[in-house]
Amino acid sequence: MTGYLIRRIVGAAVVLLALSAIVYGLFYAGPSDPALLACGKGCTPDRLAVVKSSMGLDKPLVDQYLSFLHAIFLGHDYSTGPSVQHCAAPCLGYSFETDQPVTTMLGAALPVSASLALGALALSLLLGIGAGLVTVLSRRRWLDRVLNTVILVGYATPVFLVALVLLIVFSADLQWLPFPTYVPLTQDPAAWAQNLLLPWIALALIAAAAYARMTRAQTLETLSEDHVRTARAYGLPERRVITRHVLRGALTPLVTMAAIDLANIMTSAVLTETMFGLPGIGHTLVSAVSSTDLPVIVGVTVTAGGVYVLANAVADILYAAIDPRVELA
Amino acid sequence: MTTTIEAAGAAAGSGPPAPPSASATRTRGALWRRLRKDKAAATGMAIITVMVLVAVFAPVLTALEGQNTTSLHPELVDSASGGTPLGSLGGVSGSHWLGVEPQTGRDLFARLVYGARISLGVALGATALQVLIGVSVGIAAGLGGRGVDAVLSRLTDLALAFPQVLFAVALMAIVPDSVPRPLILAVVIALLGWGGTARLARGQALSLRTRDFVAAAKLSGAPPLRVARREILPGLVTPVLTYASLLVPTNMVAEAGLSFLGVGVRPPTPSWGQMLSAGTTWFRPDVMYVVVPGGALFLTLLAFTLLADGVRRTLDPRNTEVAP
Repeated sequence: MTGYLIRRIVGAAVVLLALSAIVYGLFYAGPSDPALLACGKGCTPDRLAVVKSSMGLDKPLVDQYLSFLHAIFLGHDYSTGPSVQHCAAPCLGYSFETDQPVTTMLGAALPVSASLALGALALSLLLGIGAGLVTVLSRRRWLDRVLNTVILVGYATPVFLVALVLLIVFSADLQWLPFPTYVPLTQDPAAWAQNLLLPWIALALIAAAAYARMTRAQTLETLSEDHVRTARAYGLPERRVITRHVLRGALTPLVTMAAIDLANIMTSAVLTETMFGLPGIGHTLVSAVSSTDLPVIVGVTVTAGGVYVLANAVADILYAAIDPRVELA
Repeated sequence: MTTTIEAAGAAAGSGPPAPPSASATRTRGALWRRLRKDKAAATGMAIITVMVLVAVFAPVLTALEGQNTTSLHPELVDSASGGTPLGSLGGVSGSHWLGVEPQTGRDLFARLVYGARISLGVALGATALQVLIGVSVGIAAGLGGRGVDAVLSRLTDLALAFPQVLFAVALMAIVPDSVPRPLILAVVIALLGWGGTARLARGQALSLRTRDFVAAAKLSGAPPLRVARREILPGLVTPVLTYASLLVPTNMVAEAGLSFLGVGVRPPTPSWGQMLSAGTTWFRPDVMYVVVPGGALFLTLLAFTLLADGVRRTLDPRNTEVAP
């Protein structure tokens, strides 16, 4: 197990490194000139040269990337004209557009995205597993039909459409819930949940469909397995067969799916964040994109990639730990 | 050893001479017949057919209506109320079949049918590219040696490890304006989403390569490319088709989402996502501006999902619901 853990972590680190190199190369060797963008309107050739050298853009791309990596581990000093800004250790660059280190911006945005993702994941697991189990265990065909329809509709609905309908109905018309504004959990838990409820529902309605389908398929499969038949043959009460023998096998794959989905929701809730005006990482990226703020774009994408790679590694490790059948290759 | 060769020879007798394309055609014919019997899938196909026709004949349809996507009609909106369309249901009339856009008064029907071109074109184009990249990488990984497989598999992992929405948003920001936006949208969506197909194709190729008919083809001296094309590729049709049918709605959502965020298709080119995004601020005074593009998008997505589900059910060998 230890060997597997080490291999998996090293693998994740390699993927992350490759990812950061690709992202950095793509954006800094790309068609838009970062120095020209940072220099702003009315840029003179002299000033452009100054900006170029202060950003290190006059050096070869490989050197630039190495100093980007260097800054992540050891920090970096950026001169913003008159003053020098120090960007502390996990430094992902400095946003000349908003005059702050990218890490500061991410530090403000990540809790929002994490709050959004955790709540949405919990809600969708609850809804999805519940719906999936009820349809299989009740053995009613019409329930199965209803669930299938709901799943299909859920799969076909883009999140911004759901968000829009929710906002119109519950926030604008019925006025049951406020138009979301982010309140930190530590400040006021009740307001935190109240404000995030609509975004959670919007995301969960769609993710729950996938969980329901998975739960249904897995439970059906496990029900027909030998060990379940054996348990029944021993005369165990049906309740016990389900809770002890079926659910364990059926829900294991969901653990993996949930870990990856957490990262997925965190990094792909761009639309939800934009719709509900939540200042998460997706929102940060969209505003950076509109002003072509390259350090922020690169910082956000690398961080998101990191969250994703980490979640994948955690999912694999969890899966190996839970399911004794997994061979550690 | 003799038995292996004999077995391979026997398999060769029944395998390669029968052209795989014939069996592929048979499968496709059966699939088509079954899908038509499946009510949900048939409904999906009908809606898709209508949408494709609408997209193809967009110029004809708008000519019939006598409108275009860009003409401003300030006389049709109430400037006193900030630009709400005059008349009921967002200004529906004989000359503006679905009403007009708030503020500008541009014709909604024309924008909707031209938007269908972007939605369908980008989604289908991206899917085709994903399948092309995914299947090529997958087969190469499955049939190539250990080294090739290791490199390509890691590459696939990397493609799957990209937070796709974020990357698409970021990538669209740096694309030069000279490249046509719909084209670049399809390419970006495809480049970020081929991983699943590759993983599927690799798995399938790995299991097919151990089969007798593949061994037979190799022993009879077929070059690797020919083996890949004639022996492996036909075996990939079914699983890849099932998977790709689900990719279409996913890609369509991606396009709509990117255009919604303002990094997709640029105005004045109409796109459903972009119309929806503009509509969000108008749902109070002019709900039609949200309902028209939202409804079209939802209907098309539902149709593709129904079809995809039908394809999956029909092609699933374990499936007993639909009689052949």
